[in-house]
Amino acid sequence: MKLTGAQMVCESLRREGVEVMFGLPGGAILPFYQVLPQYPQLRHILVRHEQAAGHAADGYARATGRVGVCVATSGPGATNLVTALATAMMDSVPVVAITGQVPRNLIGRDAFQETDTTGITLPITKHNYLVMETADLPRVMKEAFYVARTGRPGPVLVDIPKDVLTETTEFEYPEEVSLRGHRPVLEGHPQMIKKAARLIAEAKRPVIMAGHGVIISGAWEELRELAEKAQVPVVTTLLGISSFPSSHILSMGMPGMHGMAYATLAIDRADLLIGVGLRFDDRITGRVSAFAPRARVVHIDVDPAEIGKNVKVHVPIVGDVKRVLRVLNRHVEQATHTEWLREVEELRREHPSDTIRETDKLIPQYVIRQLSELTGGKAIVVTGVGQHQMWAAQHFAFKEANTLITSGGLGAMGFETPAAIGAAVGRPDVPVWTISGDGGFQMTMYELATMMENDIPVKVAIINNNFLGMVRQLQDFFYQKSYVATGYTHNPDFVKLAEAYGILGLRVTDKVQVVPAIQRAIEHSGPVVIDFMVEPEENVYPMVPSGESAAEMIEEKLEERVWLR
Amino acid sequence: MAPVADHTITALVEDKPGVLTRIASMFRRRGYNISSLAVGHCEVPSLSRMTFVVRGDDATVEQVTKQLYKLVEVVRVSDISSENLVCRELALVRVKAPAAVRSEIIQIVDIFRANIVDVAPDSLIIEVTGDVDKIDSLCNLLKPFGIKEMMRTGRVAMTRGAAMVEENGHGQAG
Repeated sequence: MKLTGAQMVCESLRREGVEVMFGLPGGAILPFYQVLPQYPQLRHILVRHEQAAGHAADGYARATGRVGVCVATSGPGATNLVTALATAMMDSVPVVAITGQVPRNLIGRDAFQETDTTGITLPITKHNYLVMETADLPRVMKEAFYVARTGRPGPVLVDIPKDVLTETTEFEYPEEVSLRGHRPVLEGHPQMIKKAARLIAEAKRPVIMAGHGVIISGAWEELRELAEKAQVPVVTTLLGISSFPSSHILSMGMPGMHGMAYATLAIDRADLLIGVGLRFDDRITGRVSAFAPRARVVHIDVDPAEIGKNVKVHVPIVGDVKRVLRVLNRHVEQATHTEWLREVEELRREHPSDTIRETDKLIPQYVIRQLSELTGGKAIVVTGVGQHQMWAAQHFAFKEANTLITSGGLGAMGFETPAAIGAAVGRPDVPVWTISGDGGFQMTMYELATMMENDIPVKVAIINNNFLGMVRQLQDFFYQKSYVATGYTHNPDFVKLAEAYGILGLRVTDKVQVVPAIQRAIEHSGPVVIDFMVEPEENVYPMVPSGESAAEMIEEKLEERVWLR
Repeated sequence: MAPVADHTITALVEDKPGVLTRIASMFRRRGYNISSLAVGHCEVPSLSRMTFVVRGDDATVEQVTKQLYKLVEVVRVSDISSENLVCRELALVRVKAPAAVRSEIIQIVDIFRANIVDVAPDSLIIEVTGDVDKIDSLCNLLKPFGIKEMMRTGRVAMTRGAAMVEENGHGQAG
């Protein structure tokens, strides 16, 4: 079958099972767009900025477990993808980015809208390609999808010169991928798994730490089985939240910089730490030399380079989390750990960081609690980055697997709105909420147009404190409240802004308005923006200052807290 | 602190444009130092073999090999430092050689089993092959005569005996 390069790309997308992509056209990628009508099964969602296309593909991929696809033109189109690709890289999200490039004879001549896209994206993609021969396109497309989704997932970029898109040649899609340098190990080493089971049997104070890998490999059931069989409390990293039901008796929430104090302290006391699908990021460990000082460490991850990178590991297990846990669960003995669980429960009572302050003021934590309550903890929540993200991680009770989508590694503000669009397109059966700050929301709020245009009913909750709140908090704690460049004194009227896009906008200024506003948003069939005008100087507690240990943790005064669990 | 030492790492990589950039970029962004690097064709037409010398403690060098292996175009990686190795470097040295000292220089070259590959009225180019120590010693001896220009290749290394770093064989699994 003879096809143009552009048709080959579409044909490849179709064969990879792609149903939707997010993009924005331009000159160099235009031949691709012009053949799209020939492929009605490929839905294209036009965004307002390429960064949003990238984040939407990311949100789609995280929500569905499939590869997300974004499209941009050469030059500025490609450079606008950078933040989104870096986000997907840090959080191991399978994304394929297709970019147009100037025609081959102009490459290297500083042509109009030329940029070295593969050069720029080299350190922020799992792999990338510049396709210089049209005949290579089918193989490259096949490889791109394969590399993106296998092993530790990540973004792959395919840069295609305009004249490659227009050239016609024979199309034959390869059945298989042959990549000598990419053969992920999926089965854990049997001896290591047995050793891990032995350590679990010997442990008096074991803790499981579950990360994004549990969600990526779909090991929700297997993790639960392990925890229940050996009666081991489970803490989750930020991206591991919703890998384990938060209502479970063994669930301890998130430890680390803004984690639950009792979870951080449990790790401090643990004699065995079982890391499952994570990378021991610095927000979790704090000062590495003081992290889990009494614990032996079992580390399960599909990426061998993560094992031993940050934390010294006693039992390394390279493999797919689901497969490893299945085998491990067969070897693990039933246990009770009654004493340890009682100790952990005591820690929870002494350090109740999952409670909020009783007050008539409109505090952000209360808003999150009510969102959790009224959605039944079953919505997909997509957050931005900052205080509201931490409050969502602390106070939203995630009940279903894979329902928190957040930019963890890169911490990219503005991720939430476009990523929520992607999530809602991928999971139209589940309500999708964003939890935003007023700062991050303004970074990508133009995507309200995309929501409206494509009938994507995302509910937007802006936790509006007229500050870049997390940075303000750092200034509060460490810079004598010198609020340099963190106050937003002239935010737009977000209700009017929503209305300008034809979206229902609601404002909440008082605690009593919270529940009715959320209910109204749930009942409304289209997108909604709620502007929650919260207390401006609320801080996130607890806090382990950057590079410090559990001993240096700052907690909110206990007497100010009440039980709301 | 774990002891810091030079490690010899060999890698089989796809012979494709940009491979060296990917590898160099990874070393740069993760803060590893390459003391020496040699690349060239190998016995498989579509692959190249690289030899790196990386200075670091065992944990750092283990990370280097794992990060190298993560690159899609890197097929095989091996830290062969602890094995019995044949290591070679080649150097070209242009040394001042007026008639008065020329025979003295030629004697030194003979002792080192090096070669004179170019003769000019007042200088010679000496080619020497060997391990790092040998080349260092020769250079030290030539220094008093005046080294005008010197160029050294990176180290290339191979394990002695039957062990090989092959596409599917010996090396870092993962």
